[in-house]
Amino acid sequence: MSYSTACVVGVVGALVLDLVVLRTRLVTRRAFWTSYAICLLFQLLVNGMLTGRRLVTYSPETIVGTRLVYAPVEDIAFGFSLVLQTLSWWVWWGRRARQARTRAGTATEARRAVPTRTR
Amino acid sequence: MLYLLVLLACVLVTLPLELVLGVRVYRRPLRLLLTLLPVFAVFVGWDALAIHAGQWSYHRLTGVRLGNVPVEELLFFLVIPTCAVLTLEAVRRTRPTWRIDDDGDEP
Repeated sequence: MSYSTACVVGVVGALVLDLVVLRTRLVTRRAFWTSYAICLLFQLLVNGMLTGRRLVTYSPETIVGTRLVYAPVEDIAFGFSLVLQTLSWWVWWGRRARQARTRAGTATEARRAVPTRTR
Repeated sequence: MLYLLVLLACVLVTLPLELVLGVRVYRRPLRLLLTLLPVFAVFVGWDALAIHAGQWSYHRLTGVRLGNVPVEELLFFLVIPTCAVLTLEAVRRTRPTWRIDDDGDEP
């Protein structure tokens, strides 16, 4: 599988994680796209340094050849997948913790309610 | 060494989000760790496969490797996701009306 193909898989995989598996639906949120835009800006800077100074080099057969700030255009998809997967897990764990707290709260209220009813 | 310096810069540049803006990402270490783990596994795996397939290669790094993956890359997949989380929390902090699924979360 070429890097180009792997990137398509990476983006689709991240979307499936966000929309179907964890159901965090970040791609429908303005907060996500704003955060991603900021990350993308810094990615171009950081990745531009790593590829421009040739710390990382790519085999020509594995990329389409279009470059953006020294780096193969595929890196944009790679970065998108990385950011979306990360934020999706972060939000999912936050939602889980909140739901656990809500359940615990409801359970406490239910326990409190029992003696009142039996009395 | 340049690669490590770039990563260090990423950590330092985002540090004020935690210390000044108070986004509480480093202060929720368990949630951060649970977020980093699956992402780290997926992307280090991808990296290892790509290196093995000769899709990309690294030059002028420290030479310290885990299997075929340079330590710089291992750190990259911890530092960059952390920066992304810090960014999201900073955006939410400055735009409280932009809702996300886990609103009202704390731990």
